[in-house]
Amino acid sequence: MNKPYVRPLSKTSWFLTQPRYKRYMAREVTCLFIFAYTFLLIMGLKRLAEGPDAFNAFVQALGSPLGVLFNLSVLIAAVYHSTTWFNVTPQAMPIQRGEEFVPGKIIIGAHYALWAVVSLIVLILGV
Amino acid sequence: MSERQIQLEVLRYNPETDSEPRYQTYSVPCLNEWVVLDALNYVKDNLDPTLSYRWSCHMAVCGSCGMMINGEPKLACKAFIHEYTDQIRVDPMANFPIERDLVTSVEDFIAKLASVKPYLIPKEDKPISAGEFKQTPAELKKFKQYTLCINCMLCYAACPQYGLVPEFLGPAAISMAHRYNQDSRDGGRDQRQEVIATDTGVWECSFVGACSEVCPKHVDPAGALQQVKVASTIDWYKEHLMPWMKK
Ligand code: SF4
Ligand code: FES
Repeated sequence: MNKPYVRPLSKTSWFLTQPRYKRYMAREVTCLFIFAYTFLLIMGLKRLAEGPDAFNAFVQALGSPLGVLFNLSVLIAAVYHSTTWFNVTPQAMPIQRGEEFVPGKIIIGAHYALWAVVSLIVLILGV
Repeated sequence: MSERQIQLEVLRYNPETDSEPRYQTYSVPCLNEWVVLDALNYVKDNLDPTLSYRWSCHMAVCGSCGMMINGEPKLACKAFIHEYTDQIRVDPMANFPIERDLVTSVEDFIAKLASVKPYLIPKEDKPISAGEFKQTPAELKKFKQYTLCINCMLCYAACPQYGLVPEFLGPAAISMAHRYNQDSRDGGRDQRQEVIATDTGVWECSFVGACSEVCPKHVDPAGALQQVKVASTIDWYKEHLMPWMKK
């Protein structure tokens, strides 16, 4: 007799059932912070267009404790988000040299190195 | 050889009499060298001949003994008793309908696997007299890892996306398509792309990565799927931004 039983799966809480699903969700949720930061940048542009007074007020708001807290949490989320992606790059972009594949550590390392260089350039241009 | 009394909690379901599954606990004297499959065989031989489950090779080759062991997708013949406490819970593979006890329906997977044409589609036909299609060690290495798949479906049991969207083609089928696409002798990529570069194909994958974590043969299906995404994206750019590049 054929009467297969389909086990129910919660559409809203499935990710609580496994630690690896929670890790996945953490990675996905951090992109909301990046979304919020993008929004902040657009706000900054708008203030800039409104004139120097508006822009100065905007910059001052960024320096307030709340502004610093926001920036700090976005930074932590962005670093977490980026590292989770860096760490899986060898899976998505394997490089074969001759017969062997380039070790994953080198591909990941190259991403971190590039990240450091770009950050340094931004830092130098920024000050 | 040390012996341990293990409480084996097994999900039972009899389609003829049960409206839903229930757990049944067996007390099994296990040797520490045993795997969970040995414990199930002990139950079947000595305690309860009605217990149903699949197995064949007892050496992680046939791919038929996949089940959830303490909630984790595992081959029962590769799950060593000494890695567990005295209480072990065994469920049928998650995300699959239960036929009976630990036996799940595999039709969906088989159909999906067949749909990606998991065989060589030679680039050019040549008569047998023209000799073999040669391949260098580097060309072999490019896809070798994907040939290790034993179709155990543990990756589907681990994939939340497959659980939520059963139409998803899934990790092993797409990895197998990738295996042939990567083969220097093959010319069937365009045919496979029609099936795998779709919304229910690779674009359903959100790279949870669970499939690669549970794969007993280190196929790294998640990696294969991301590579398919990269290649499909490049196709799209070529087609829309550089139409003159068309093959
Ligand atoms: S990819 Fe790995 S987990 Fe998936 S069916 Fe193949 S061997 Fe099993
Ligand atoms: S019995 Fe063959 S893989 Fe476990």
